[in-house]
Amino acid sequence: MEQQTRTISNISSHHAAQSTAELLRQLVAHLRQNRTQLREEWARRITEARLLTAMTKDEIFAEATSVYDNYVEALETGTFEALQAYARNLSERIIPRGVETHEVIGIVLLLRDVLARSLFAKYQNDFALLNCILDAYEPAANRIANTVAVGFVQERERVIREQQEAIRVLSTPVLQVRERLLILPIIGVIDPQRARQLTEQLLRGIRTNRAKVVVIDITGVPVMDANVANNLVQTVEATRLLGATVIITGLSPEIAQTLVTIGVDLGKMNTVGDLQGGIEEAEHLLGYKVVPSGEAADQQLRT
Amino acid sequence: MDGEREALALHAGASVSLTHGGDVVAAEAAVQIQGDTDIVGARQKGRMLAATLGFSSSELTLIATAISELARNIVLYAKQGEIILRLVERGGQRGIMVRAKDQGPGIPDIRRALQGGFSTSRSLGLGLAGVRRLMDEFEIESRVGFGTTVTARKWKR
Amino acid sequence: MEVPILKQGPYLIASIQSALSDADLLQLRDAIVQQVGMFRSRGVIVDVTALDVMDSFATRTLRDITFMIRLRGAETVIVGIQPDVAFTMVQLGLKLEGVPTALDLEEGIAFLDKKGPTAGKEASARGR
Repeated sequence: MEQQTRTISNISSHHAAQSTAELLRQLVAHLRQNRTQLREEWARRITEARLLTAMTKDEIFAEATSVYDNYVEALETGTFEALQAYARNLSERIIPRGVETHEVIGIVLLLRDVLARSLFAKYQNDFALLNCILDAYEPAANRIANTVAVGFVQERERVIREQQEAIRVLSTPVLQVRERLLILPIIGVIDPQRARQLTEQLLRGIRTNRAKVVVIDITGVPVMDANVANNLVQTVEATRLLGATVIITGLSPEIAQTLVTIGVDLGKMNTVGDLQGGIEEAEHLLGYKVVPSGEAADQQLRT
Repeated sequence: MDGEREALALHAGASVSLTHGGDVVAAEAAVQIQGDTDIVGARQKGRMLAATLGFSSSELTLIATAISELARNIVLYAKQGEIILRLVERGGQRGIMVRAKDQGPGIPDIRRALQGGFSTSRSLGLGLAGVRRLMDEFEIESRVGFGTTVTARKWKR
Repeated sequence: MEVPILKQGPYLIASIQSALSDADLLQLRDAIVQQVGMFRSRGVIVDVTALDVMDSFATRTLRDITFMIRLRGAETVIVGIQPDVAFTMVQLGLKLEGVPTALDLEEGIAFLDKKGPTAGKEASARGR
């Protein structure tokens, strides 16, 4: 053993003279020569590890080929832009298929392993050289694994943000109940982003429906911090700029307090106890006069 | 800023040109502000540049208005300066950077300037608090007698 | 760029077509004030539908117009503020306080009609 170690240290100083670039070149050549069998082995191990179950064997092999080639190219050129672009592209394709983060990281690590083992096999008679090759391979391989994994995660986060956005849009309906009258029932806790969205949707709704009165019902809002209260005030002001009046209903004592705290003059704000009352007030403002259903419809006056 | 890369950065002073297909040839523009007539140009350029990133229509209005106010401050207080518009990227997110630079008198009390909004008595200019509300990031450097640089960024969600 | 100002009965309608420079806005202000005096108009409608940005100067000028016109006994109404623009304005703190606003031209005229009963009757009698 000691003999071997001494031998290694003698030889390694010789091999160390070989530059990293030269070693990488040898490595890349090896990976290209053995492309077919290494790809196959990798694809096999992916299936064994039960990764990418959302994809067929053929699909896995096709993607494995692309990843392999990009991997080798990144090793060869030392630049990662192409790999980054590919990683984003790959992520865009496989995320809708339900591929998860652990699978992507898993397959990249498997590839590292497959390639490393093939290096062990090739250079098993020359540990010193193997050491040098691994020294050159390791940082590059790590960077590649990182690039692919990070690319995937970022794309996934982008998709999640988009989905959250879509949910927000769906969950804030602006309802037209009468001509020129819109109702915006708000339910749940509002964060600043949702508040912004509500305001935008409401303003667009006012324009589309030519609304003159808007009833914003916050009965279903348990709490409101100063920031969101500010957003509410801004919404009222923006609505006025579009020539409409706002009636706020369902104002709890707590939220009323918050508004007062941020300097809102509640006397100037048009508030009514509940939604029903708010709608009646709105109709009054619009000049509707609702008569009991017993009397003829033509008695509904519009002053 | 560390960790921030400018997409397709060019030398400062290059102007934006859009090809017919709408591809951005350059991703940075510097607009000289020498009078109030330059304000509209600066904000329209900003809108065009931001539009290439796919900002929503209301975000584009926010950005254009912020540029308008910053350019106006230059005209009001420094008489001249420049607005630099740049597409930027950080951690996978894309955005636009707006930088208003002048060699004007500088702001003596920055904190106070950032507190106020527009009031009836002084409904013009500064309004930095407002610009800060419109954008995601906001930095200001000012030295009396030397000038002011305001940098603001908005990121595409 | 001059903003076209049309006379419609007792009212003047100024339709802004595109982004205006500061000088253009001041010119508009002066033109409106002058024409209100000339035609003894009861109301002015400023249509800002085409404005994609309302900054502090534009807001201040619209307020100036409103107050100067009031001194001549006429009322102003600003119409056509776009949703995006309104949203931006309130975030910036530009409230157009004391300035009447309406959704569009039709609403603006209805507003002015309500404000001045005599003028309103004249306008509807002419069957606009």
